[in-house]
Amino acid sequence: MVMQPADNNGMSFRFYWRKSKSITMYMLSGLSALIAIIPLVLIFYYTLSLGLSAINWDFFTQLPKPVGESGGGLANAIVGTLILVGLGSCISLPVGIMAGIYLSEFGNNPFGMGVRFLTDVLNGVPSIVTGVVAYTMIVIPMGHFSAYAGGVALAILMIPTITRTTEEMLKTVPQSYREAALALGISRWKTSLRIVVRTAMGGIITGIMLAVARAAGETAPLLFTALNNRFWHTSLDQPIASLTVFIYNYGVSPFDDWIAQAWAGALVLMLMILVLSIAVRIATRSRYEER
Amino acid sequence: MTSSHTIHRGDLAKTSASGRNVSDLVFKNLAMFFAALILVLIVVMVAEMWNSSALSREKFGLSFLTRSIWDPVREEYGALPFIYGTLVSSTLALIIALPLSLGIAIFLSEITPPWLERPVSFFVELLAGIPSIVYGIWGFFVLVPWIRSDIEPILSSSLGFIPLFRGAPYGIGMLAAGLILSIMVLPIISSISRDVLKAVPRAQKEAALALGSTRWEATKIALSYSRSGIIGALILGLGRALGETMAVTMVIGNRPTISASLFEPGYTMASVLANEFTEATSQMYLSALIEIALVLFVITIIVNSFARLLVWSVTKHGDAARRQ
Repeated sequence: MVMQPADNNGMSFRFYWRKSKSITMYMLSGLSALIAIIPLVLIFYYTLSLGLSAINWDFFTQLPKPVGESGGGLANAIVGTLILVGLGSCISLPVGIMAGIYLSEFGNNPFGMGVRFLTDVLNGVPSIVTGVVAYTMIVIPMGHFSAYAGGVALAILMIPTITRTTEEMLKTVPQSYREAALALGISRWKTSLRIVVRTAMGGIITGIMLAVARAAGETAPLLFTALNNRFWHTSLDQPIASLTVFIYNYGVSPFDDWIAQAWAGALVLMLMILVLSIAVRIATRSRYEER
Repeated sequence: MTSSHTIHRGDLAKTSASGRNVSDLVFKNLAMFFAALILVLIVVMVAEMWNSSALSREKFGLSFLTRSIWDPVREEYGALPFIYGTLVSSTLALIIALPLSLGIAIFLSEITPPWLERPVSFFVELLAGIPSIVYGIWGFFVLVPWIRSDIEPILSSSLGFIPLFRGAPYGIGMLAAGLILSIMVLPIISSISRDVLKAVPRAQKEAALALGSTRWEATKIALSYSRSGIIGALILGLGRALGETMAVTMVIGNRPTISASLFEPGYTMASVLANEFTEATSQMYLSALIEIALVLFVITIIVNSFARLLVWSVTKHGDAARRQ
């Protein structure tokens, strides 16, 4: 009360210094979360403000107009993206889901570990490389660019995502479900498909939607597989337009109305992906709350 | 988990051994077939690129990796400028993204209440969902002009004595590529670091706090505990940055030169593929490009395998520690 010992003063100074350092570091880490959100806001702001002006009914219903003519739309590119993603899904869904079932239900062995590891590695392969592989595997033997080649390139990208999320989702199914089904004399494969897979269906669909969203936004694997097409495609054997390749071609072009359409395309693409992400978010949230 | 697996594997063995249920065996083998397809796919990818790059491999050999000439007219090819550009732009991205990602990871795992954690991690993960091409046009029309008018003049006037920050402010170039890549790898590094930090046993932090350390000092202990997991996250981010194509292609300037300044245009392995693949008129040109794809593939496989092993070992370690 009367006099503070000298070393006690030193202690409290050190204590406050450490305390304020702790608070500063925590504030810095909160700041970095804020900084990370700035580009997100800026990207949304610019795509909205620059893209909205070029969005109208024609954008969704018309073919691209030649240079110099104003108006026109990217209807063929929107349909093309849907077709390419559809083709990719047709190839990747059976492979991804079955491989995921294998990893979860039978994969507790060295082979399963190997597949799991390589699936993760495949997930990290640059998308442009899958384009090169689809080019040498399909475009060169066929002699021309085609929607099929684009679909295969996208499928290679989708397989790892679908496989790993299917596996993770099946693993969340309680073991007692499997045991109960087996105890009732249901065969193993029916247990897997009708009990385990059906229970985890919501999660598996979430994984599929994530893979679809990722594939819909890919440009690099399509550049030299599906190429591009300014008209409606006549068959899957032919080059096909896609939203992303159009955004690229129009974005680097010197014409203002093309650039505006590139922004509009980016806006449509972002909205598609945003809707998918939010749907996924809602789906997973309700599942977490159930547990 | 382990015990449960033995239950149903044992069960399966019993049914198939008695021959009671052939369909079970068929189902298992069908699933295994599709799992094996993934292995086959990777082998086929390597084989395709290996075969298709034969012309260039035979002509240039290993010197392909060390030559800095890229001349389609005289059919002389070397990948060094692209390897250099890829490494420099990715490294720059990691240097910018690492402190920010760590900050976010600490914020999400140590500080925020749960009601704030979900929206913040949702926004950060949304960054990962934005397509590369959207980053590309945003970078091209918004980021590059800003770099040209503000960032580069400020950097060259304050740090111009370092060769890295010398030269004319073009806007497009290595710096723009590094910045856009840093935004793109941020969600990966921060979300994995967050998971790794959350896997640190509570006892570690509680012990530190009980000994009188401040919360930041306890966080530092958690950070050093999860060091190898964070390195794994960083390397996974590197893997993403190495192969990123569209955004980089639109802002890096696409010139196959090696220069000390970050303001100068460069070129990466992925962007030379995006730009020149459809223009490759001769067999040798195409073969050289496919060899670049092969090199990129091998580099990312090595980087990703290494990172996966690190992250796996840490999260397993964490699980084990929690169970004790």
